[in-house]
Amino acid sequence: MSHETQRGADETEDRDGTFGRYGGQYVPEALMPAVQELEDAYERYVLNNVDGFVDEFRRRLRDFGGRPTPLQRADRLSDRLDREVYLKREDLLHGGAHKLNNALGQVLLAKYMGKERIVAETGAGQHGTATAMAAAHLDMPCEVYMGTRDIQRQRPNVFRMRLNGSEVNPVSAGRGTLKEAINETMRDWATNVEDTHYVIGSVVGPHPFPEMVRTFQSVISEEARAQVQEQAGQLPDSVVACAGGGSNTMGTFHEFVGDESVDLFAVEAGGSSLAVDEETGVAPNSASLSTGTEGVLHGARTKLLQDSDGNVVESHSVSSGLDYAGVGPELAHLVDTERVTPVNVDDDEALEAFHLLSQEEGIIPALESAHAVAFARANPEQLGGLTVINVSGRGDKDLESVIEETENRELENAPGMDIFERAAGGSGGGL
Amino acid sequence: MNLADAFDEPAFVPYLCVGDPSVERTREYVQALVRGGADVLELGLPFSEPIAEGPTIQGSVVRALEAGTTPEQYFEFVDSLDVDVPVVCMTYYNLLYQYGDSEAQRASDASGEAASDGPESFVERAAEVGISGFVIPDLPAEEAGPLRAACDDHGLDLVFIVAPTTEGDRLERMVELSSGYLYVQARLGVTGAKADVSDQTEASLAKVSQYDIPKAVGFGVSSGDQARHIVEAGADGVIVGSALVDVVAEHGDPDGDDVPERLEAKARELSEGVAAGAENMAKPEGQ
Ligand SMILES: Cc1ncc(COP(=O)(O)O)c(C=O)c1O
Repeated sequence: MSHETQRGADETEDRDGTFGRYGGQYVPEALMPAVQELEDAYERYVLNNVDGFVDEFRRRLRDFGGRPTPLQRADRLSDRLDREVYLKREDLLHGGAHKLNNALGQVLLAKYMGKERIVAETGAGQHGTATAMAAAHLDMPCEVYMGTRDIQRQRPNVFRMRLNGSEVNPVSAGRGTLKEAINETMRDWATNVEDTHYVIGSVVGPHPFPEMVRTFQSVISEEARAQVQEQAGQLPDSVVACAGGGSNTMGTFHEFVGDESVDLFAVEAGGSSLAVDEETGVAPNSASLSTGTEGVLHGARTKLLQDSDGNVVESHSVSSGLDYAGVGPELAHLVDTERVTPVNVDDDEALEAFHLLSQEEGIIPALESAHAVAFARANPEQLGGLTVINVSGRGDKDLESVIEETENRELENAPGMDIFERAAGGSGGGL
Repeated sequence: MNLADAFDEPAFVPYLCVGDPSVERTREYVQALVRGGADVLELGLPFSEPIAEGPTIQGSVVRALEAGTTPEQYFEFVDSLDVDVPVVCMTYYNLLYQYGDSEAQRASDASGEAASDGPESFVERAAEVGISGFVIPDLPAEEAGPLRAACDDHGLDLVFIVAPTTEGDRLERMVELSSGYLYVQARLGVTGAKADVSDQTEASLAKVSQYDIPKAVGFGVSSGDQARHIVEAGADGVIVGSALVDVVAEHGDPDGDDVPERLEAKARELSEGVAAGAENMAKPEGQ
């Protein structure tokens, strides 16, 4: 394998697959050859544009995906926070989230590699949906693993995947969320590794996934950096993005990392509390950057939520896309080196921001993205005079859970569905 | 006890996960396996993310964790085991990585200032309780440097899994890093009992026959007949997990159920299969 000799080819990256102390390739032996084959293919097609891969990827992102997405000044939010607030509108990408950037890139790469089958995990269903769309678009069979709890929370996305011709395999282990879905997809990959590519959904997993997914997602910051200079005539003072595994985060930050004047905020899900309950093994949050410790999860050394023995604890967030006990190794490294500031907002604040953006800007954001907005709203003084917030996705997928979560809370200005249900019940009784 | 020596005659290597359904019951089960002819014991330390396991062993791991099994309990259990076959610890890397880190270390870890001591404390403790070696399914040779060094320091063996996809330079490197035995994975995929002997078994054994280290075949072995075939194909050992865990999964009332008896009978079937295979081997192993 030519893999040894190719190391060091790109001077700006750690080509050994680590970011400081994080990263690596902690996978079962059966997968190692596939992981190395992927390293070679990534180098060849994605970094060196062999056979015009990058040109085809860009063309399909434009024609099929609808790129570039707009950068939009949020007028009322700017007034409210008394500074310039710009929104990067990844919610307008085909599929309704940034996920397509990566899914399309990887499914196309799998085709270039001669693979015949796609598997993927999904949490919120957005990555599964994007992968199902990309697979249908590029004519590849696709199976998506999804936790049973997430299937309940994200029913519309389950149906969207099926509409696109993908199989959705429920995973009932653990709490039935993203972590278990990843385990099960790894097992499928280890069984069918010879003809199958695993389209991982975030900047996590063994090298080269974290770097490769970030490369595909960096189109967000490439565009945003040019757009903000064109529209506002300057670089932003800060950039804000939510962080689950961290793919929209790294994609939004990457081109700004070298701009030292730009503060980068990764907003994690604070859930209902930041403490870990050692007794039940549950962290009622997903704040691995803020509260996690170093360990090995899903193929990489990174920061994760674990108990004192090293068993990974179950995370929680009102948004399934942030509900993950780990985080990408590069993001963990950028936090250690203090280039990125990890912050978090809780479930209530995220829901309030969801309603705020819906009412004041006419944009219904994904609950994940609402975390980024909530941080900006609560901490305007940290943003400087001009901030860019990534709206990683749209909220259509979340409507059922927002109705339910809103009814369980006292939220200012939040419409519920209860009055209609009462009305419907009342008129039914009168007939 | 020296691990490689346990393979002088073809060996039967059963696997169980410690703590399913309780550490005390595991003790009875292990004794039953030894009575049934176990030559080496692979004892699983349960980890929350068992990515190399199929549904059977996943279930066992979940039950063991629900029973509250911790690394320290595991070590105390092995320490108190009164059997004279070597014990190999099978678990996942994060548990080795975290073990023994003080709160202070973990806190400074989180701020990225100090390294955890990696697998060193875990290996030291394992040596103390008499563990002979490790199988760590999520640790490929590329990442095994620190663990290999710690094992060398404490005189423990590190067993690597040779997959059907392992070839060329990687195979060479893995064999160089391995000690004790090579775990030859009989088929792609995850653990789980199968009725047949994988066609891949012979090819996999042929691939490693030139190396001077015992080869034990695992993944999917469930009957004495399969065990015999595998030894006839040149294996020095046969590893069986899921077929035994299937029996454990049916445990009931600790006083009333017959799990130990059934485990012993299953172990005897498998160890007799191994012995029959050894007898039928007129020619020397490998070739
Ligand atoms: C809209 C949206 N934003 C953010 C995320 C979080 O993922 P990441 O942190 O990888 O961007 C998800 C995940 O499903 C998502 O659907």
